[in-house]
Amino acid sequence: MNIVIENGRVIDPKNGVDRNCSLFIADGKVAGLGDAPAGFVADQTIDATGCVVCPGLIDLGARLNSIEAELAAAVAGGVTSVVVPPDADPPLDEPELADRLVHRGAEIGKARVLPLGALTLGLKGERLSELAGLKKAGCVAFSQANKTVVDTEALLRAMEYAATFGFAIWLQPQDYWLARNGIAHEGEVASRLGLAGIPVAAETIAIGTIIQLVRDTGCRVHLTRISSAAGMALIQRARHDHLPITCDVGVHHLLLTENDIGYFNPHARFSPPLRAQNDRLALSAAAASGLAAVCSDHTPVGADDKLLPFGEAKPGATGLEVLLPLTLKWAEAAKVDLPTALARITASPAEVLGLPSGQLAVGAVADICVFDPEATWQLTPDALKSRGKNSPWLGYMMTGKVRTTLVAGRVVF
Amino acid sequence: MSPLPNPLPDAEAQCRQLADLIRPQLHHQPALLGIYSGGAWIAERLKELLGLPEDIGLIDVSFYRDDFAEKGLHPQVKPTVIPFDVEGRHIILVDDVLYTGRTTRAAINELFDYGRPASVAMAVLADRGGRELPIGATYCVWDVDLQDGQSLVLGKQDDGRLVWRLEHA
Amino acid sequence: MHNPQLNKDGELIHLLSIEGLPQRILTQILDTAASFMEVSAREVKKVPLLRGKSVFNLFFENSTRTRTTFEIAAKRLSADVINLDINKSSASKGETLLDTIDNLCAMHANLFVVRHASSGAPYLIAEHLQSIGRDDVHVVNAGDGRHAHPTQGLLDMYTIRHYKKDFTQLRVAIVGDILHSRVARSDIHALTTLGVPEVRAIGPETLLPKHLDKLGVHVFHDMEEGLKDVDVIIMLRLQNERMTGALLPSAGEYFRHYGLTPQKLALAKPDAIVMHPGPMNRGVEIHSAVADGSQAVILPQVTFGIAVRMAVMSIVAGN
Repeated sequence: MNIVIENGRVIDPKNGVDRNCSLFIADGKVAGLGDAPAGFVADQTIDATGCVVCPGLIDLGARLNSIEAELAAAVAGGVTSVVVPPDADPPLDEPELADRLVHRGAEIGKARVLPLGALTLGLKGERLSELAGLKKAGCVAFSQANKTVVDTEALLRAMEYAATFGFAIWLQPQDYWLARNGIAHEGEVASRLGLAGIPVAAETIAIGTIIQLVRDTGCRVHLTRISSAAGMALIQRARHDHLPITCDVGVHHLLLTENDIGYFNPHARFSPPLRAQNDRLALSAAAASGLAAVCSDHTPVGADDKLLPFGEAKPGATGLEVLLPLTLKWAEAAKVDLPTALARITASPAEVLGLPSGQLAVGAVADICVFDPEATWQLTPDALKSRGKNSPWLGYMMTGKVRTTLVAGRVVF
Repeated sequence: MSPLPNPLPDAEAQCRQLADLIRPQLHHQPALLGIYSGGAWIAERLKELLGLPEDIGLIDVSFYRDDFAEKGLHPQVKPTVIPFDVEGRHIILVDDVLYTGRTTRAAINELFDYGRPASVAMAVLADRGGRELPIGATYCVWDVDLQDGQSLVLGKQDDGRLVWRLEHA
Repeated sequence: MHNPQLNKDGELIHLLSIEGLPQRILTQILDTAASFMEVSAREVKKVPLLRGKSVFNLFFENSTRTRTTFEIAAKRLSADVINLDINKSSASKGETLLDTIDNLCAMHANLFVVRHASSGAPYLIAEHLQSIGRDDVHVVNAGDGRHAHPTQGLLDMYTIRHYKKDFTQLRVAIVGDILHSRVARSDIHALTTLGVPEVRAIGPETLLPKHLDKLGVHVFHDMEEGLKDVDVIIMLRLQNERMTGALLPSAGEYFRHYGLTPQKLALAKPDAIVMHPGPMNRGVEIHSAVADGSQAVILPQVTFGIAVRMAVMSIVAGN
């Protein structure tokens, strides 16, 4: 099907494109930009007046509890590829499970499903899963989700094994002992409200350990959901030393701090926790400079598990449909220009994954998001396609609405 | 009922008149119980004027009012202090203005939680009618008619003198 | 952010925490409590204020002492009292906290006295009641996790006012496990709101929350330094069940450094009073000679507690 998207502002951060022009799609790929390719006849025309046309968003962390609803939510949010953590039930530690997930995703035919395989069996942090088998079944990398491998020897061996095959390991840096009783950032708010705290040291100690093991094994590691200034500083130094380490930040952590807990709002419970203002500013600077990619960490949680006292509520918020407006909101406050902001949720994630997607060059797969950057809408449970209605932004107005999403040149939203 | 005089009557003089009405009953050895705040001031006057030896009692009816559901608890509650044994005594409840009778009803209920008096009499300076309960003043020196929205308030000046003032809702 | 404890006229509708309450409301509660002390001193210890109202004691964490004082207080207000001991073991899990509340509201509850192991639980209940439009139902926090125990804070203030009269001239020391103590947090907020110029916290580093200075508190690790010339000493219980991990080597070492002995008490002002929320661990945080001595006001605190709770329930139930 030949499609032309016209009258939009085409932004392709990876290739430095930012101009008003038409985008031509044929055979599921980008066929041309600006002038129509020779002999192109459009079967469908999409009018993108007042809209931005950019690569489909790539979300480095989204849980797909009820896969149909969540993949529909993804494309409603302009997200064309979702990286799925392996902590579903059962954990994704067998190639068959990965296979089934990828096929189900393809069947549904909306956003692409990029599963992370469980690094260890049952995510227990003891025995390695069949990494090669999982890779073959479609896993893009391996992860412990937000569980820690406590046994440092096991972690070392896992990294050595992964390095053998050139596989990447994704880890959320959190020291098991320092974090196990905590529910909020160990800071002023937790002291005042009597909440058990998780100190920054829980993150920096884990990052320090991982960096040392990367030095020794050469394994490629992606650190997920960084939460502190000190943690970011360690990663900065590691990159400076040319270690194969990348990182990302959850979009909520770019905008919120411990103060947003307010009167024990369970919607402000996240893992890792929302930290202090200076931490938030450091995460923002890292996202602005490109040190960190940005993702949603989409975690749908039902009311029964969320409307509980703060310490009992499941952490996490809905993210797929707010990734774009929240990224725009962050960019405005941090004075980051639109192409850079979009890069963090398109080209940067693609780079972390080592995939050619996240761009609109001629010949690239036509995963495309068309959105109105000025349109406002109110975040209510009915406005969301996701089953996860849990959000600290409920009732707030969002700016930035997706009009159309294409995956492989097909309109899916 | 007479209309409101202008100027308002001298409250101190009215206290003397009230004492004169009570004096013939002193052989019962009555105990005075003043309802905050106006009734408490008048009860103090009566104690001096009648030469009664014992301390007066002071009663705050906030916990016995019938309008808790609408109005909530009064923001300033004072402690009720009854320094004598109520059992078998002749009590004189003292207040400044008798109106609907609800305050008196609350005071009587509270008083009975302290014991069983031999009798309870009511002494007020002013009776403005408008009763909503079958309650009467045993001793009263002034019957007066007020319009809706008007209220008579007893105040204490800096020099200690008791004076009436008129307030409009 | 709108304080859920106050209605739009600034009146108290729930008592969840002392933090955020203006001084006038604390003073109102203390003054009203004084009147209730008088009620508790007479033959018929009842007033009809809450007649026909139902007070539900929802204790998700066991406490016979606190529950009993709330029960006595509610009964002296002529309310009907129903006690619910909801055990938090996984065996009795099933109904969510908010479902429990909805069910009890359907049984015409007027006031919930709530004790819960999780900080913030009473707020969740208060917000929920507002969202379902039940502004006729009130919540009194009887202790939530480490966060607050506002009625204890208030009765502690009543005690101080009873013996010392003027808050603005006092030095008050709080000694012990402040990190895990909801009583300490409530005391600190009450003391600073009522204008106490010097509030001290005394304890080892492991038992004091970070950022205590941001709450207006001077931190001391040396008890002898900290007790010099204080007018009020509030001793906290060393809470075994709240401590997880390696916070203290032993009760013995704790007593040597942070226990209140007659010798240490002598460093405070000669007329200093010694308070304790109870129950006491004799020989751990307090020497028996001090607990039974003339400066201890621990038993009066209990009596004041009933009057303060009567005051709190009367005030919120009427707004």
